Amino acid sequence: MPVLEQPSDVLRQFCHGDLEAFEALFRRHQSEVYGWIVRIVRDPATAEDLTIETFWRIHRAHARFDPVRTFGPWVRRIATNAALDHLKTARYETDLPDDLASPPSPDPGISDELRRKTARAFHRLPPKLRVAATLALIEEQPYKEIAEALGISSGAVKLRVFRAVRFLRKELKRQGIEP
Amino acid sequence: MNNHDQERIAHLLKESLPPIGTRVGAELRRDLWPAMLKRLEAPPTAVPWFDWALLAAVAAWLVFFPGAIPVLLYHL
Repeated sequence: MPVLEQPSDVLRQFCHGDLEAFEALFRRHQSEVYGWIVRIVRDPATAEDLTIETFWRIHRAHARFDPVRTFGPWVRRIATNAALDHLKTARYETDLPDDLASPPSPDPGISDELRRKTARAFHRLPPKLRVAATLALIEEQPYKEIAEALGISSGAVKLRVFRAVRFLRKELKRQGIEP
Repeated sequence: MNNHDQERIAHLLKESLPPIGTRVGAELRRDLWPAMLKRLEAPPTAVPWFDWALLAAVAAWLVFFPGAIPVLLYHL
């Protein structure tokens, strides 16, 4: 079996549908793809399934990939779309666990009730806004990186974050909280 | 709404839904290649016969009643 060491060789062979090259790319990028997806969907088991779904889409699209381009951003775009598709088809308002995860050093000024209501409002966000809010406000990813992953401009990401914040404020007010 | 509002909401979100990097499960804990291989080797899912029948029925309906196209588009 030939040894696939040079990334460009691997990409060229991947474009021709070589399974060994695909495996090399999978092993090299699976952790990174999982890490990105789990930030969006916030559930390890779902993120594992979506990592496989992402690479399934990558495998199907191998002939369309231009080996001159970098593989990472293309993969991240596909991973983001897979996560977004999942959020669109998942239940609009997921059941919240009884015990929400607490931050390492929780703010004593924020009650459990407020945390619960905020989480509930967050789960009501439309998927596109939820992804933007998750990546920008919770995970604090750079706008440029989010824009590349979503295939939109940085300005469009800022607009989605703005709309998400406005939605959350309205939703919290509806629950009797003045944020 | 200003930057302060956005910072306040961001703080509330991080308190309610902590960044995943601080939680268990942030790192991939197993090799997914065996599962990927299983997915690659799975036979393609066939479209059930009743889906084709339904599609044929809709196509026939649209051919005989083209006036129904706007109604169908409205409901999609």
